[in-house]
Parts: sequence; C-alpha cells; structure tokens
Amino acid sequence: MAIQSATSEEGAVGTATDSRGRLVTSDGTPLRRALERANRRRKLTALALVAPLLAFILIFFAFPIAQMMWRSVDNPQIVNALPRTLVALEDWNGQGVPDEPVFAALHADMMEDLDRPRREQAIGPLGIRLNYELSAARSAISRTARNVPDFDAPYRDAFTDAHRLWGQPELWQIIKREGRPLTLSYYVAALDREYDAEGNIVKRPENRQIYVSLFGRTLALSLAITAMTFLLGFPIAYYLSTLPMRYANLLMIAVLLPFWTSLLVRTSAWIVLLQQQGVINNALVGMGFINDDGRFSLIYNQTGTIIAMTHILLPFMVLPLYSVMRTIPPTYLRAAKSLGATPWTAFRRVYFPQTLPGIGAGGVLVFIISIGYYITPALVSGQSGRMISNEIARHIQQSLNWGLAAALGTMLLVGVLVLYWLYNRLVGTDSLKFG
Amino acid sequence: MNVVAAQHSDGFVVYDGVQKSYDGETLVVKDLNLSVARGEFLTMLGPSGSGKTTCLMMLAGFETATSGEILLDGKPINSVPPHKRGIGMVFQNYALFPHMTVGENLSFPLEVRGMGKSDREKNVMRALDMVQMGAFANRRPAQLSGGQQQRIALARALVFEPELVLMDEPLGALDKQLREHMQFEITRLAHDLGITTVYVTHDQTEALTMSDNVAVFEDGRIQQLAPPDVLYEEPRNSFVAQFIGENNTIDGVVKEIRGDTCVVQLDGGVLIDAKPVNVSKVGERTRVSIRPERVEANKERLADDAHMIKAEVLEFIYMGDVFRTRLKVAGNENFVMKTRNAPDQVRHKPGSMIEIGWMPQDCRALDCPQ
Repeated sequence: MAIQSATSEEGAVGTATDSRGRLVTSDGTPLRRALERANRRRKLTALALVAPLLAFILIFFAFPIAQMMWRSVDNPQIVNALPRTLVALEDWNGQGVPDEPVFAALHADMMEDLDRPRREQAIGPLGIRLNYELSAARSAISRTARNVPDFDAPYRDAFTDAHRLWGQPELWQIIKREGRPLTLSYYVAALDREYDAEGNIVKRPENRQIYVSLFGRTLALSLAITAMTFLLGFPIAYYLSTLPMRYANLLMIAVLLPFWTSLLVRTSAWIVLLQQQGVINNALVGMGFINDDGRFSLIYNQTGTIIAMTHILLPFMVLPLYSVMRTIPPTYLRAAKSLGATPWTAFRRVYFPQTLPGIGAGGVLVFIISIGYYITPALVSGQSGRMISNEIARHIQQSLNWGLAAALGTMLLVGVLVLYWLYNRLVGTDSLKFG
Repeated sequence: MNVVAAQHSDGFVVYDGVQKSYDGETLVVKDLNLSVARGEFLTMLGPSGSGKTTCLMMLAGFETATSGEILLDGKPINSVPPHKRGIGMVFQNYALFPHMTVGENLSFPLEVRGMGKSDREKNVMRALDMVQMGAFANRRPAQLSGGQQQRIALARALVFEPELVLMDEPLGALDKQLREHMQFEITRLAHDLGITTVYVTHDQTEALTMSDNVAVFEDGRIQQLAPPDVLYEEPRNSFVAQFIGENNTIDGVVKEIRGDTCVVQLDGGVLIDAKPVNVSKVGERTRVSIRPERVEANKERLADDAHMIKAEVLEFIYMGDVFRTRLKVAGNENFVMKTRNAPDQVRHKPGSMIEIGWMPQDCRALDCPQ
C-alpha cells in the first residue's frame, strides 16, 4: 500500500492517506476500518445487555400480538371440513337451496370426517364456526353428524329431514361465503355490520349493535378519566414541586401508595365506599343531605368506573407532571410578575406552557392505559360502565369467539396507534417527558 | 414619618427602618435605612447570607418587609404586588422564558400592559438594537450563548421603560472577559437611559467599577455606604477594609489619641502612628489596616514623616505588572507589599531584612472584632 505522509509544511501534521485518498492510521490500516474494529466490542456489549429482554419481548409480546392479529382473519374451519361441498357449491347461484350434488358432496365430506381419529375431526370446529354466523348452526351440525351414516340418497331430503336449517338458503350462503381460508367476517361483526342475502355488508338491526357504541363509550370514558386525573393531579404535582425535597418525597410516597396496594383491594374499597348502602351514601343520609330513597347510584355505572379508575391511574399523571414541574425554576414566575403580569397571566402564559411536556406524557399514559383497562371496569362498571376490554374478555372466556375477540383487540390496538400517531403529528412525542 | 424617613425623603427609593425575618427568631435584615437618588447606580455588595438579596427581593415585591417601610418615588409600596410596581428586573440566571422566542420574551411585558402590536414590535426592536441583538428576535433563548442571553434579559427588563431596574448578580454565570465587557455595557446603558439601578453582587471589582454608590452588607446591616473610591481608601470598619480589596492587618492596643492621629502598640511591642477611625479611647484593642500598595520599601519615595518599620522578606512573587512581597512585620507573617514593576524597583530576596514604611494617614486604626 502506497502511503503518502502529509508533510508538516502543509499544516496537516500526523494525517496520512492511502493510494485511494482514504485516511489511514499510523500503521497503515484504513481509519474507517480501525474505528469499526474499535467500536465492535462496544456494540457487542450493548447487544449482549439488550439481548435477553429483546428475546423475551419477541417471544412473549410481539409473537402473541402477531398471532392474535392473525387469528382475527384466520378461517380454516369450513375449508377443512367441507372441501367437496365447497367445490360443488361453486356452481350454485346463491338463490334457494342447492341441488342434490351439493348434498351428496356434503354427505361424502361428513362420512370422511367420521373415519378420522376423534382429535382430527373437523366437524366440531365447523359447527362452532358456523354458529358465530347463525345461532342454531352448531346443533344442526352435531345432530346431523350423528345420523349421517344412516343417510341414503337422495341426500337432500335426508339432510333437510335431519335438521330444518339445511333447507334454509341462509346457511348455504354462509358456507359458500366463508369457505375461504381468510375472512373479514369478524371485523364485519366487530363494526356492528353483517352480510345480507346478496352478500353486501349492511348495518345490523339497531338492537344488535354493540361494539361501535362500546368503542365510543370506551373512548369517552378514557378521555373523562384522563381529564379527571389531570384536574386532580395538576394542583398536587404543582404543590409537590414547590415543597422542599424531603417533604416532597414524603408526600410522593402518599401519591405512590396506591401502586403498592393490590388492585383488587383498592377496587373493592371503592365498592364499599360507593355502593347504595355504602359509606358515602350512608353518611349523606345520616347528615340529612339526601333522604333514604334518594341515595346516589355511584357504582355499577359510568360514575363508578370513572371514580375508581381516576384513583388508580392518578399516579401516572402526577409523576410525569411532577418531574417536569421540578425543573421549572420559580424565577420564571417571578420574572413574569416583575414584567407586569398578574399572577394568573404569569401562570397561564409562562408556567403552564412549560408543563405541557408533562401534561402530554401523563395524558398519553393515562389515556392509553385506561382505553384497554379491564379489571376495574369488570368489578365496578355494571352495564353502563362497561368498556371494550370487558367485551373482549367475554368473547375469550365465555362465548369462546376468539376470532371476534381478536378482531376487537386488533381494532383497539390500531386505534391506540392511530391516536399516538396523531398526537405525534400535533404535539411531537420527542417533547414527552415521562420522568 | 420619623426622623430617618424625613432625612431620606428626597430619595427615589427609600428603605425606612426595614427589618426582615423568615423564621420569627433571627433577623436577616436588621434596621435598614437607605436612600437611592433618581438616576443613581447603587450596588449592594456583601458575602452570601448578608441580606443583600433579601433587600432586593423586598424592593421587587417578592418578599415582604417584616417591619418598616419601603418607598418608591415617595409612595409606600409594601402592599403593592410585584406586577404593579413597574420595576424592571434582571435575574441571576436570566429567567428568559424558554418556550418563547427572544422577540416574544421582550414583547411579553408590553403585551400584559395592553400595548398594540405595531408599537410592541417597534419597542422590541429598539430594545434589541440597544443591546446589539437586533438579528436574534426569532431565536429561542436556548440557542443563545450566556452573554447573549444576558443581553436579552437586560433588554427585557428595560423594554417597558421602567424608572427603576434591579439586577440580582446578573453577571455571575459569565466568564471573566465577558463579565468585564458587560459591566461596561450595563453602566453605559444605565447612564444613557438615566434609569435608577439597584445592583446586587458579591464581586467587589464589579461593585467598584460600576457603581455611583456601594452599600456593603454584612450580618443584615449596611456596614458602609459610600462612593467606590471612598469605600476603598477610607473603609469605616475592619469588615469593609477586609472585604474590599486586599488589606494588611495587625492587631494592637491604642496608647494615645491626639486629634487625627493616634499611637498604637502592636502586639509585637512596636509602637506606630495611625489614623483613628473606629477607636474612641486609650487602652482599647484595635486593628490597624494598611493597603499593600501603600507600603513602600524605598525611603526616597516616602515623605519625611513616614513611619518606618523592620520587616523580614518571606516570599517574592513576580506577577507581571506588580511585585508581591510577603513580609513578616511585627509578628504578622501575612503582611503583603505590592510594588509597581518599575525599572528601578528592587526584587527582594527571601530571608533578607529590609525596612518598610507608610504614611500615617494610610494606616487606619479600626475596630478589632473578637
């Protein structure tokens, strides 16, 4: 390698370049490579420090979320159970009941399924899947499946005799529509919509619309809770920030105390306080402010949800606010006053704007936590204070419609991400100060 | 109005018997009486904890006087809230609002006074030009250097044309060179605009170079209020003598007082002549103080009545423009002589015995603190 040392007359002492004009170190290695080598060890250390948590997050966080999102469109049941039927249905025009070849194919599919070992049978999942769309479908499938070995041609009559549902075009429309490996039907349901006879997506009858209004309510409740935590947290954080450090730390423990108490205990405490025969109502009646018939309904409704969740999420607002306010020196307020601003103007124009990063961080934290909150609403919400997470839990635990639960969960996740994106566009997340 | 107030009633700012206590047990400010004339540049100088900042904050309205009255232009302002006092203030760390641009910072005091937009812009630009920062109106304070922030803070305190401006150690965060430059700029502005300035600092050089009058604070009291030259050359007590500039002190006992001279027997036994400043009777303990630059080893430079005394050279330091010679005089090993670096100036060898002297009027017999 030809090394041309720059002479000191040129004023560049100690720098040297190789034949291609790249900087090299004194022993002739290109400077860039030497730097990379020097930094490699540091990068490896950093990676080693991060790796365990990264692996944990990938396995137990990213992967389950991806799986959940997949489940919201995954639709293997009909394809697995009725391959021949689906081929035969291709010629059906969607009107009336299909013809004999379809029923023959259905018979063949079900007979084949009965020969499979019990764990691999596809008829059970088929019944569950169809039942999401049509409420009597599960019993129709299972009752028919038991009698299928005794069926003789013509199968169409045999099936319609076994259960009336086989003679209804609606069931066949569903089988044909959902006979694909991927489906949108969970999202259609999650948006309070359904397919009509022509396969168009239309609104559900009003008495069966749940989710959109539930999303709206969840959003409204979360906003109300965020606003409440702000209204209660701001003065506290301000007061704490003006105190000497040791008193502030002492009071901060009081703010953090809820964190160290079991969520169930705290929520139950609210039940004790707020119920109709609870401490607050009894005290009000006892002091004569209200009579015995006029007891307030403070729990098992939206009020209860807002009160309990505001209490639980308050520290998430106070902490970022406090940490931001601590860094605002009191001289700013003094300066504003010396410049002629009334105390209120000084607060509004000078102090408050500087707390915005804390308000943003606290607001985002409280809002995002509360929009997916489950336990407290489950315990104190009643009907009117239910949130979307309770509905998701119901579909996972009771109705076992995981596809719908996954669709609702995905919509919640996307909703939060959209809101976060909006916040970032409007305010900028780089200004957030979480602590 | 009591006697003191009547005495000061011509002042623009008057502290009349002001006391301040934070805890109800100790007084931070003890009986402060002070008058600042219109257009005067007054510096409150003192070590930290001497009460000077408290005095400033009481004038600004951020602290209330526990007793006594503060008058601004003849009117008592104890119950006037800070935002109605119309006093400009420059804070130690500038307190520029970080979420506003420089222009908005300057516009703020005009806005809260309800000034129209075009007038505001005109005044802001004029104030910025005054501190040579006209090109920076759209910057944020965080984008400026310390010296630039200092100028903006100054411009903001002046933009609404207050008659009185308070400055709380405004140059403390700047480096030496910038500080000296800003000292000059602040005094120039203050005199050009004819505003009254009350300036707080613990830096005696700042106080001496900038002020018309300096009030030296210690222990909640003004120890001396005087123009800088008087303060330096005629300190009234040993605290002021020690706090302002360098000083040689030797303790002794007053032997005789004759009008404007007295005889002091130093603790080493030597008798010297001194000017009695803070001594009243024979037998009293005293501390005599002599400025290092008034000490002379060359007899020819001194008048005949100069007082000569033997000294042992302990150390010689070459400082460029001056020589600093540490001597042992009458038992005091920290006696310093400062001599100008002149061609004929002797560079004394450590260990040699020399004879030094000073004029009796430069040797001041002050109180002797316990």
